[in-house]
Amino acid sequence: MKNRLKVLRAERDWSQGDLADALQVSRQSVNAIETGRYDPSLPLAFKIAELFGLTIEQIFTSPSKDTDQ
Amino acid sequence: MSVSVAQRRYNKRVIVLSLIYAVALLGAVYGFKHHLLTGPIAYVAAVLPALPIIGIFAAIGLYLVEEQDEYVRMLMIRQTLWASGFALSLTTIWGFLESFDLVGHVESYYVAVLWFGGLGLGGCANRLTLGRGTAA
Repeated sequence: MKNRLKVLRAERDWSQGDLADALQVSRQSVNAIETGRYDPSLPLAFKIAELFGLTIEQIFTSPSKDTDQ
Repeated sequence: MSVSVAQRRYNKRVIVLSLIYAVALLGAVYGFKHHLLTGPIAYVAAVLPALPIIGIFAAIGLYLVEEQDEYVRMLMIRQTLWASGFALSLTTIWGFLESFDLVGHVESYYVAVLWFGGLGLGGCANRLTLGRGTAA
């Protein structure tokens, strides 16, 4: 699932490790989510959204609205 | 790469269980080789080496319960699926070959060896399909 995690992280000058620490997951997980190789669960998606002060839809692109697919 | 609390606990449990397995196996082999074990004690001694292996299966289950990182947990679940598919497939093939007298008998506890080998295969499959997660 496409997302804006990398951009949002760069805006805050956070490394993947910083984001991983904030979310209490591994850097490997952040990398997998950021690159679209893993879709987070709803609780983790909410945690990510709350961390950035955004809604889930502002971070993740719904697969049904992803025109590239 | 940092190791989670659950992974540390899992590693510790597997190391302890492996040591218990080695002691139980050596003890059972020694006891049977020197004809020290008879009657019900022989059955107990023969089953003893199996218990730490069962413990390792339980340790994997506990790890899946305790791991808080859902992505890492999913990787382990994929590994166990690979392990089960690999071990069941090979033992099924071997079973048919054995029933038609084309190959010799193999002790059934080797299914555990195949399963642990399958975990390794699953780890390789994870890396091939999902990468190592090292990109910046």
